[in-house]
Amino acid sequence: MGELKTKTEVIGEGDGASIITTKAEDLLHWAQKYSLFMCPFITACCGMEFMGVTSPRYDLARFGAEAPRFSPRQSDLLWVVGTITQRQAPILKRIYDQMAEPKWVMAFGTCASCGGFYDNYATVAGLDKIIPCDIYIPGCPPRPESVFDGLMLLQDKIADGDRSPSIIKPRSDNAEGPDHGLVQLSRRDSRPSVS
Amino acid sequence: MSKALVELIRNKFPDAFVETHSQVGDDTVVVKSEAWHDVCAFLKSSPDSDIDMLIDLTAVDFPEREPRFEVVAHMYSLDLGHRLRLKTRVGDAKGENTDVATLSDLWGSANWMEREAWDMFGIVFDGHPDLRRILMYPEFKGHPLRRDYPADKIQPLVEYRKVDNIDKLPPFDANEGMSFGRQTHDKTEEESADAELFGDN
Repeated sequence: MGELKTKTEVIGEGDGASIITTKAEDLLHWAQKYSLFMCPFITACCGMEFMGVTSPRYDLARFGAEAPRFSPRQSDLLWVVGTITQRQAPILKRIYDQMAEPKWVMAFGTCASCGGFYDNYATVAGLDKIIPCDIYIPGCPPRPESVFDGLMLLQDKIADGDRSPSIIKPRSDNAEGPDHGLVQLSRRDSRPSVS
Repeated sequence: MSKALVELIRNKFPDAFVETHSQVGDDTVVVKSEAWHDVCAFLKSSPDSDIDMLIDLTAVDFPEREPRFEVVAHMYSLDLGHRLRLKTRVGDAKGENTDVATLSDLWGSANWMEREAWDMFGIVFDGHPDLRRILMYPEFKGHPLRRDYPADKIQPLVEYRKVDNIDKLPPFDANEGMSFGRQTHDKTEEESADAELFGDN
């Protein structure tokens, strides 16, 4: 399992180290980030790639996120996979409301993130119009590696107690930095309002 | 291939026959909307035509024309192997008086396809057993595939969240990005880092 990174102190030296002190909050975050039970909300073709992600080849259990719970009341992470239509929106909102805190939301693919190329009367242009979203994974559909980027970014955010929306960066982007190709969006305090 | 079918309709319904044309082997007959059901019933019952399968039924909106809508039915005879495209024209410039007789008593497949034509174009099929919306939700106002339905008009069922700029819809400007990056992505730091790495172009 992953290590407790922050504010952890090991008492003792070498192999004899036997006591680890940490904060209860960090321990809780550490537990949460490795037990992201998923609630799959799959509406469209991204579901095919979702099947690939959850297959043994990619071994989602490495992240502790492999267990699907088809009851939203038992799940932690809502995977929104595919296009959200206006007709589907009340269902998504209801499922999100049924999930118990703490809960996180992942927008899997371009359609769930922003509506994709569906710019019409029937489509919700991004699930963030309805429910708050933590992780956006671009791609049409995203490769499983992108999904793992998103999952790891979400784990980092959980460990930091950070609830701001984040997006993974495409792997071919030249601006890829030393931080494993993950980019964090920062919200400006004073944003110009465009209407 | 189905020229005989065209002549059959022309001889049987000389008053209702409007025009015909043929393209890449598919024959089209346009009939008056009053005779829509009679022509179809005849095509189904006559042993010379024996149309037993309604493949598709839809509508087309030509806002510059009068009558405005074309109702199109594609039909096929499984035994005789010929097919026919039958059209009729209904509706005025305001998109009203779009009544045409239902075909759902002749072919069961017409039921849902007429519901779709009603949902998308507002064609009223008289005598349809259950003329409800089939794709859009009951709260939806208007008919979205009509040419005068605004292209950017949405009718949300769920109220959008109270977040700045959440009502903004695509297409976005170049500096707005997708909805998640819109107005929130602080690029200055990143761009300066890029300039150091790759040189200033």
